[in-house]
Amino acid sequence: MSNYRIQGATGEWEIVVGLEVHAQVTSKAKLFSSASTEFGAEPNAQVSLIDAAMPGMLPVPNVECIRQAVRTGMAIEAEINKWSRFDRKNYFYADLPQGYQISQLYHPLVGEGALTIEADEKAGIPEDKVIGIERIHVEQDAGKLMHDQHPTMSYVDLNRTGVALMEIVSRPHMTSPAEAGAYIRKLRSILRYVGSCDGNMEEGSMRADVNVSVRKVGDTELGTRTETKNVNSVRFVMQAIEHEAQRQVDVLEDGGTIVQETRLFDPGTGTTRSMRSKEDAHDYRYFPDPDLLPLELDDAFLEECRASLPELPDAKRARYTGDLGLSEYNARELTAEVETFARFETLLAATAAGIGKPEKDVATQVANWSLSVAPGVIKALGEEGDITHATAERQAAILDMQAKGEISGGQAKEIFEIVLKTGREPGEIADSEGLKQVSDTGAIEEAIDTIIANNEDKVAEYRGGKDKLFGFFVGQTMKAMQGKANPAVVNQILKDKLG
Amino acid sequence: MSDLTQLGVKAIRDGVTGGEFSAVEVAEAFNTAVAAASELNAFITATPDHALAAAEKADADRAAGKDLGPLAGVPIGMKDLFATRGVQTSAASHILEGFKPEYESTVSQKLWDAGAGMLGKLNLDQFAMGSSNESSYFGEVANPWKASDGSNAKLTPGGSSGGSSAAVAARLCPAATGTDTGGSIRQPAALTGTTGIKPTYGRCSRWGIVAFASSLDQAGPMARSVEDCAIMLEAMAGFDAKDSTSLQMDVPAWSAELSGDLSGKKVGIPKEYRMDGTDAEILKAWDDGIAWLKDAGAEVVDISLPHTKYALPAYYIVAPAEASSNLARYDGVRYGLRDIEDGAGLQDMYATTRAHGFGDEVKRRILIGTYVLSAGFYDAYYTQAMKVRTLVQRDFENAWAECDVVLAPTTPTAAFALGEKLDDPLALYLSDIFTVPASLAGLPAMSVPAGLNSKGLPLGLQLIGKAFDEQGVLNAGLAIEQRAEFTAQPERWW
Repeated sequence: MSNYRIQGATGEWEIVVGLEVHAQVTSKAKLFSSASTEFGAEPNAQVSLIDAAMPGMLPVPNVECIRQAVRTGMAIEAEINKWSRFDRKNYFYADLPQGYQISQLYHPLVGEGALTIEADEKAGIPEDKVIGIERIHVEQDAGKLMHDQHPTMSYVDLNRTGVALMEIVSRPHMTSPAEAGAYIRKLRSILRYVGSCDGNMEEGSMRADVNVSVRKVGDTELGTRTETKNVNSVRFVMQAIEHEAQRQVDVLEDGGTIVQETRLFDPGTGTTRSMRSKEDAHDYRYFPDPDLLPLELDDAFLEECRASLPELPDAKRARYTGDLGLSEYNARELTAEVETFARFETLLAATAAGIGKPEKDVATQVANWSLSVAPGVIKALGEEGDITHATAERQAAILDMQAKGEISGGQAKEIFEIVLKTGREPGEIADSEGLKQVSDTGAIEEAIDTIIANNEDKVAEYRGGKDKLFGFFVGQTMKAMQGKANPAVVNQILKDKLG
Repeated sequence: MSDLTQLGVKAIRDGVTGGEFSAVEVAEAFNTAVAAASELNAFITATPDHALAAAEKADADRAAGKDLGPLAGVPIGMKDLFATRGVQTSAASHILEGFKPEYESTVSQKLWDAGAGMLGKLNLDQFAMGSSNESSYFGEVANPWKASDGSNAKLTPGGSSGGSSAAVAARLCPAATGTDTGGSIRQPAALTGTTGIKPTYGRCSRWGIVAFASSLDQAGPMARSVEDCAIMLEAMAGFDAKDSTSLQMDVPAWSAELSGDLSGKKVGIPKEYRMDGTDAEILKAWDDGIAWLKDAGAEVVDISLPHTKYALPAYYIVAPAEASSNLARYDGVRYGLRDIEDGAGLQDMYATTRAHGFGDEVKRRILIGTYVLSAGFYDAYYTQAMKVRTLVQRDFENAWAECDVVLAPTTPTAAFALGEKLDDPLALYLSDIFTVPASLAGLPAMSVPAGLNSKGLPLGLQLIGKAFDEQGVLNAGLAIEQRAEFTAQPERWW
């Protein structure tokens, strides 16, 4: 249970949040037509006769869209309905050529599922929490109206018309803005792992309708909810919830009642405002689409969908902490984004192969490199560096040298910097730039002998119990070696000689 | 040479293929007949050049020794509900007046591929909604038949495929396409002494046919013989990946397999079709039909289709419900009529465009359909109607345990006068009472002429078959055709 509370004059309030996330299905073609779905084309360049609802045109389901929705359902461990059906949602609008949206009201493709959001003390999520997902259905997107192209007329762009969406409907299981934010991030991560949605919120590939209600702490009845439409970033979803919950508390504490209504979020002010109340709500006259047969999925299709699922975020995180021995923090950071774990796993494999050790023995080194060292260098270098030079092979070569003690951590960074700037090979850089540390015990012993001879007083103090002076000897040695001595070797020899 | 317009599909095809006459001669003869028949108002658009071009190709192919298609040199009429590339496709409405599609319907394309040419686009009830062809924006169609009682009243050719039935009966074309949602092929065929078959739902692709009620709409041929219907249907039918409800089945060789010998077949006579108010002469024709089928070797059995009386009300819920949604696309935004005053908004544009673009009957059905799908009424109407539909289907399934084909009248009366039922839509809806059950069940059904009544007007008999058994329907139709000896023709007055 989250501890998110709103303090009112009459007592403490808690909030209840449910989200309907619309996720654009990754597919080359639309849900019922072969028109392209690519983002950014000229207006009306990607419109088939079906999308434009020409007379006599008929929808034919695109199996790839169905497949992606089924795979998504499997990724949230949901029931897949082998029999589902499309319904028509009827309403008039200029961006809806058919005069109805083909959706699934009565028999959705995907039934009850769930996902887990992770504990995050700082965000007020004390422990892992399971958020129920009621259903996922597939439906058509609408087109876009443009009101700024002509002084008195509105223009219509039908490129988006008919693009496949998954509507992912959560249970009202979230009780704070942070939980809602974590839910969307987790859902986005799963969609991107599965590859069923690119999760690009700026391009509108994911947007959420946010249902919020409030109640006094301890009440069991749900309050009247409002629905804030089309919120298109995690931050905005959290803002919308925060604002809407506070607004509802204010209304209720002033003796008012909450009207069940549809609201709009204004990103400029972070507030919501009424769009239409329940009384003006459309009667969508849903009925089964007679142009389409029920969707019946066979076992072979489901089996193929299941077999094609990648390792999912929770499983991957468990493997990282378990098999690879990574810290919780590293595991969470590495598994959050598809690109991050993909880069990590490639580098890990290359490094382990290069060093000739099992992955788990080098995983922490690679994780630290991937999460902090490499990003640090890349960031510091800014535009001077070319990220395309940073191939997995080159980074693995650096880590290999470091693991073998040939270069120090500092040298690894320096070499990586040169790689980014020039695209040269790390081994060659280390040789020609003198970026190698000395592990030759003879040279180190010689330097240490000189230092001991020149600092007899300090040696005596150290032997007398002043352990802190060990660092002094290390520093002197490294200085004498111009920073190129292998610290492990230095430590060992110093310990031996100082006794 | 005899009048080529008297020839049917097979006779023309064989004549052209055998070189008895040229396809161009045939096309010219029919083009002339069409041009001279404007009083019937059977055509909305004449396309003589299309017919001639197809004929020239057939003649050229024959001269070059190429194989000719099964409809080579046959000019036909196309109901103006089928999209035809570059030719106005109006659905007999104002809202689609002037609409010239950039695409060709699957069925019409298949007909052209088989060698047929198009004489023109045939009139119909607006958006195929009607049973008398009086709801067309382009004016009513007159039945070429007139009563022999001297009244001289213009009669309805039936509907919605009234242009098709009138044109085939008047020898303006040897065959025409029709569409049947609740009887729109069979009822007009019966009222004009022509033959028409609605195949099993899904046999003919609906792609490119202006939709009325998607779960019921089915294209089919209208001609002057069972065999011609079979030949036409073979060309029209077939799986189409562009129509999700299309049947994935091969098209049988119906015309080659035609046989009027019904030995071993059982014909069911449904007692519920013996309704009050049915014309005595219709009942007499039904009895004739029973005798003919017995003569053809069939055993006749009484059967019961107990939910028949609920079929019509259910149909008039389901069909308008689907229509109210299917016709939402005619909104003035992208094509067709746009009626809007300067400065008016989107809602005004919808309201004005649709108020001016749709006729009364279309509006009536949109309103009925919108009502029955509304929150609070949906279960009482739509859900209930769908249950009835299932029961009607089950009636037929039970009947197939006892018989192979059902014989019934096509219509409760012969052709009535234009205008007679104009003010009484419910009376008009009753014209479909015998045809609607097969539509709800998606079954193949046809109407064949049984004879003339005492006023000299044609009467039709209906054969309903099992799903996919068009052959059984056609064979029983042939058995009647062979015995009814229907050779009468309307006397030319136009």
